[in-house]
Amino acid sequence: MTAGIKWVCTEKSFLAMKIDVSVENLSKTYENGKVQALRNISFEVEEGELFGIVGPDGAGKTTLFRILTTLLLPDAGSATVNEHDIVEDYKAIRSEVGYMPGKFSLYQDLSVEENLNFFASIFGTTIEENYHLVEDIYVQLAPFKDRRAGNLSGGMKQKLALCCALIHRPKVLFLDEPTTGVDTVSRKEFWEMLKRLKAEGITILVSTPYMDEATLCERIALIQEGRILSIDTPQGIRANYPHKLYAVKAENMSGLLHQLRDHPQVTSAFSFGEYHHVTFEEDEAAGVAAALPFEELEIHPIEATVEDCFIHLMRNHEAA
Amino acid sequence: MRQPSVETVISARELTKKFGDFTAVDHVSFDVYKGEIFGFLGANGAGKTTAMRMLCGLSSPTSGKASIAGYDVYTHTESIKKNIGYMSQKFSLYEDLTIKENIQFFGGIYGLSDKELAEKSLMLITQLGIAESANTLVGSLPLGWKQKLAFSVAVIHEPSIVFLDEPTGGVDPITRRQFWDLIYEAADSGITIFVTTHYMDEAEYCNRISMMVDGKIAALDSPKVLKEQFQADTMDDVFYQLARKAVRS
Repeated sequence: MTAGIKWVCTEKSFLAMKIDVSVENLSKTYENGKVQALRNISFEVEEGELFGIVGPDGAGKTTLFRILTTLLLPDAGSATVNEHDIVEDYKAIRSEVGYMPGKFSLYQDLSVEENLNFFASIFGTTIEENYHLVEDIYVQLAPFKDRRAGNLSGGMKQKLALCCALIHRPKVLFLDEPTTGVDTVSRKEFWEMLKRLKAEGITILVSTPYMDEATLCERIALIQEGRILSIDTPQGIRANYPHKLYAVKAENMSGLLHQLRDHPQVTSAFSFGEYHHVTFEEDEAAGVAAALPFEELEIHPIEATVEDCFIHLMRNHEAA
Repeated sequence: MRQPSVETVISARELTKKFGDFTAVDHVSFDVYKGEIFGFLGANGAGKTTAMRMLCGLSSPTSGKASIAGYDVYTHTESIKKNIGYMSQKFSLYEDLTIKENIQFFGGIYGLSDKELAEKSLMLITQLGIAESANTLVGSLPLGWKQKLAFSVAVIHEPSIVFLDEPTGGVDPITRRQFWDLIYEAADSGITIFVTTHYMDEAEYCNRISMMVDGKIAALDSPKVLKEQFQADTMDDVFYQLARKAVRS
């Protein structure tokens, strides 16, 4: 393929979109082939895109990130990052990407400021040079700048790790589960920060096990057991949900779920917080609902969430 | 909704834990009832882990009172440990032992007789639908299986209460829901569930929710009442309104 360029036809003109990450038929196994971490994965990420890899633990997210950041070799397939081959040109990639691993990997015995200085200097830059990139985050860390990184709270560690991954102004930023185990408030703040970094023109690949975060990305790859189940915009994925979906609620939610699951005309029923999300055989929704022995049963059609789509794709795959 | 009975299995009064001049848990009072699914939520650093450690008899309070299954958290920590189950996201299962061996090991630690152990093993293996894999090493099991097995092992001695610390973190959406089936079954059989989670849809499955902010309980009620109280559509919004006021992080 022509490295790094994709021609896109719009109504007005042809646009050359630069491809920052290109992955082709990538596979990786562990333990002499017994564990298949990645199975023939292909996708592309455009320059300046905020691209999400969404899937549970064990889906292959970390393996993928480690391969793209040149820390691990694939068994088969190829990939480029910023037009450099991940095997041949690994050194070029290392200086042009930022990587925030899922596991905290800064120097615990260095202070906040020392860690940031260290990462700036090994990339041949200074904190001052790119301070505007990390400023929003660093001001929150500044009161603790003399504290050892090992003694920071979880949220603060995460912010410092992001600063260290950004301080050399990477072309492409890889964030492996930056919001895992983080509360709602900090998660919202974190995604706001990502939007600002995107506005700076940095291409971002971010992985998450939280399906609700998928909608904050421009495009997402849903990944499970080393396979990509679907790649699209979050809107596109939701629009492709093939069934009519209903939200159903009654006083006894657990009893309702059991009855729904056992009903021959119910094709799927899963709990989604306050409601159960249910699909029925063609045009049977009203009939089934009316016959269920629950008083004040509430039922209304809804749009599928990304999590509904993930469940649907998982079941489809298992059935196939 | 199931009506939990009014027998109190956890009672905390003005429970406090200080580390130097930092008050991690600040005069917390609440009751948890038998058979209830009690969601224990809070922002990072709010004091959840410290509070849970006190309730499990692993950390002695600085002041205040608490009893767990009728046992005092200062003087009867060993009895507490025998009467509770505990499971966290970091499994306590031995990866180098088989499913069967893990069940036998944990059952043995909790003092089950050989006869009880044999019965329990068979029941668990059948219930989880893993009969063919009973002699498989736990290390090679899919994450979802491990999580379900870890839960089953945590309640093998039929404790009054089981503490679940983010039990569903990182699992796929189907397994996450199957895990909640297990929680419901355990609650129906009279085991009290004390659970922490970052998934706000799971908060909806609890009978009552407590929200910790800066070491204190900022709100405690059923999801329905909390949503009304905070004029919120979702528990995520309730959580956000409360946690955003936090000073510590």
